[in-house]
Amino acid sequence: MTAVVKLSGATKQFGGLVAVDNVSFEVQEHQVLGLIGPNGSGKSTTLNLISGALPVTDGDIALRGREITGLPAREIARKGVARTFQLVRLLPSMNVVENVMAGAVFGHRRRWGASAERHAKHVLETVGIADKARSHVSQLTYIDTKRVELARALAGEPEVLLLDEWLAGLNPTELTEGIDLIHRLRDEGRTIILVEHVMDAIRSLCDACVVMSSGKKIAEGSTEAVLSDPEVIRAYLGDDDA
Amino acid sequence: MDILITGLILGGTYALIAMGLNLQYGVSRIMNLANGEMLVIGGFTAFALYTAGQVSPLLTIFIVAPVAYVLNWLVYRIMLRPLVKRAKSRGMLEQDAILTTFGLSFVMVGLMLWAFGGDYFSYSYLARPVVIFGDNFGLNRVVAFGCAALLCAGLYLWLNVSRAGMAIRAVAVSPENARLVGIDVPKLSARAFALGGAVTAVGGAVISTFLTLDASTGVMFTMKALIIVIMGGVGDVRGTILAALVLGLGETLVATFIDPGLTLAAAYALFIAILLFRPQGFFGRKPT
Amino acid sequence: MKRGDLSNLAWGAALLVLAALLPLTGDGYLISLGVTIAMYTVLATSWALFSGPTHYISLATAAFFGVGTYVTGAGIDHLPYWTLLPIAAVVGGVLAALVGLATLRLSGVYFVIFTLGLAEMTRQVVTWYQNKTGHKGTYVLTDLTDNDIYWQLVALAGLVFLIGWAVGRSRLGFALRIIGDDEDVARHVGINTALSKVALFIVSGAVAAVVGAIIAPRYVYIEPSTAFTPMLSFQVVIMALLGGTGRLWGPLVGVIPFTLLWEAISSSFPNQTTLLLGLSFLAIVYLLPGGFVGLWDRVKHRSARRRALA
Repeated sequence: MTAVVKLSGATKQFGGLVAVDNVSFEVQEHQVLGLIGPNGSGKSTTLNLISGALPVTDGDIALRGREITGLPAREIARKGVARTFQLVRLLPSMNVVENVMAGAVFGHRRRWGASAERHAKHVLETVGIADKARSHVSQLTYIDTKRVELARALAGEPEVLLLDEWLAGLNPTELTEGIDLIHRLRDEGRTIILVEHVMDAIRSLCDACVVMSSGKKIAEGSTEAVLSDPEVIRAYLGDDDA
Repeated sequence: MDILITGLILGGTYALIAMGLNLQYGVSRIMNLANGEMLVIGGFTAFALYTAGQVSPLLTIFIVAPVAYVLNWLVYRIMLRPLVKRAKSRGMLEQDAILTTFGLSFVMVGLMLWAFGGDYFSYSYLARPVVIFGDNFGLNRVVAFGCAALLCAGLYLWLNVSRAGMAIRAVAVSPENARLVGIDVPKLSARAFALGGAVTAVGGAVISTFLTLDASTGVMFTMKALIIVIMGGVGDVRGTILAALVLGLGETLVATFIDPGLTLAAAYALFIAILLFRPQGFFGRKPT
Repeated sequence: MKRGDLSNLAWGAALLVLAALLPLTGDGYLISLGVTIAMYTVLATSWALFSGPTHYISLATAAFFGVGTYVTGAGIDHLPYWTLLPIAAVVGGVLAALVGLATLRLSGVYFVIFTLGLAEMTRQVVTWYQNKTGHKGTYVLTDLTDNDIYWQLVALAGLVFLIGWAVGRSRLGFALRIIGDDEDVARHVGINTALSKVALFIVSGAVAAVVGAIIAPRYVYIEPSTAFTPMLSFQVVIMALLGGTGRLWGPLVGVIPFTLLWEAISSSFPNQTTLLLGLSFLAIVYLLPGGFVGLWDRVKHRSARRRALA
């Protein structure tokens, strides 16, 4: 069975700096993969390579066995990769349902008109803010803006969902809600790659983890095993503490 | 040889003007479309002082620079800063800044037309020929080039060596990170904007020694400066100088061999080539 | 099609018919003013189709318009008049496509600068070509009256409104609004941003060229300096933004008062038109962001809120 997403030796250089250094891993169908590591280790850049926000310098990325390396972001989106952004990016001139429709109209499964609107409302129900469909995005609370962005990503019915620190910045109550929400997506059998710092979330959500440090992959495996790996602990806490 | 030197001399003065614009855009991230009018005002002042009191344009510079500095600082603080604050997105700020600086440019042209009329004005200063490599050149052009070269070199050194210059370059590279290391970005933006305006006005005083200006020529210079900045790369002094020389040379070549009426078309041809093949400028890295 | 759409269409058609009745007054001055207003309505509305949602300020109107007048100028002696309009549309569209492909992949500043010089560059090239071939200008002698020109422009306005209405309801229109809000998001939801922008830019370029072709007989004698006036581009931008680009009818609301103001100023203070342009730009940015449409929306919003509180 082919992996949903497969990176082979993906590398990204910015001038002299190697942000992602020869990274390879796979994500299987219905798997939730955590991409973790200390700040500046290249997690978000890796996500940007998969979504096509940045072109790779070297290496290959494949979606269900078909190469997507070097394709523009829009092609990758149409082939079934959807994402949220590290800093929430909603469309400020539109209301909630229109924001979500943006994902439904041009994405992987394309809808238009009444069907797109119905679908957008349905997705808003999934993320739990169907009652705010007509609100303007400037009126939303922080977690609701995150929900809208998630709904926009889900609206195109992607093959794989990329979440870039989706839980960051939430207060404790919101965090519980947020983790529950992603749990539901996981139970629906979605394939997800998430870049995350919140340990509780990683433990309860991820089937497997890839750990990065200074652009390199330093560990990979089941979440339990990875989080008790001494090298991973060293990368997070620094050499002295190991 | 003749063409080469004429082109380089023209390019040298362009470099000075474009340097002013580049300082403004590189640091404050506002494309100042009223830049050319600042140049014309510099030129007007030099003209007025020369015809009224025989003041050498090279001395006028010392009056023009501080006045233009203050004027541009005020423009930034009063008109542009509020736009930066209210902008919801980069696109909105860009649109507002374009409209405002255009508006400003038209207002300045309008006021100059009102005050001085639409006549061309020129004066003859150092209009003696000098011989370089066996060809004749106007002394005023050569002196202007010397001034421009001196100022460009000074600016380059200042940006690379001094503390303030370093801070300016830091903001040009990354405003967010500059803030993190304790640089007061809004204050510095205002200063860079003011300095850029002063440099352009000085360029205007210098250029007026050998070019005929009128109240509405500003936009032409704005356009050329913009093309140079884009060719050279935003915030890149070496690139700006090289691009200015290329443009000066290109224009002179077209004016000599094809038609003097086609200089803008020549600038455009260069512009298109750059847009298509190196949109990041001569020395720039690929945008990420 | 919803009920609201039908009534909007009916209203639009009724207003168009009403506008078309103007020549029946037989008042020469009024008709001439009508031609000017109709011309700017078409130009400003088609400008806003592209620049409204994307926030890309195009100053290329004068270039497209000038090219259009030259299509009529060059073709009038060789081809029947009615074939010239579609030719102008194609020429304007092709020019817009070339400009768009070169500049619309890049940031808005590049685009503005490029379009700013486009009219001037085209003028230089046309002048140079005419000097080389040895004729200065072209006569356009037709038996078209101001009335004929006016009716053509009103019909074109109807067409532009129809296009705008259709685009507003289409995926393309939705895509442009997303692009205007956040181009990165647009790319990541699967929109071909460059193609969408170029498509609408072609529409506005083609329309401006057709306007030029229609107006040409009014000039009788065409030379580069009359065909390519950079002022035209700025006037169109001001009118569209003054009215507001948030609605299809927005630019129209800006065209009428600004045309009247412009006529008044240029007849009594002909040297102050530049100053007027400048002050108008500043007024739009500082006093009327969003134009009359934006003002109207804010007032409506406020009164709705007051009613909700009462």
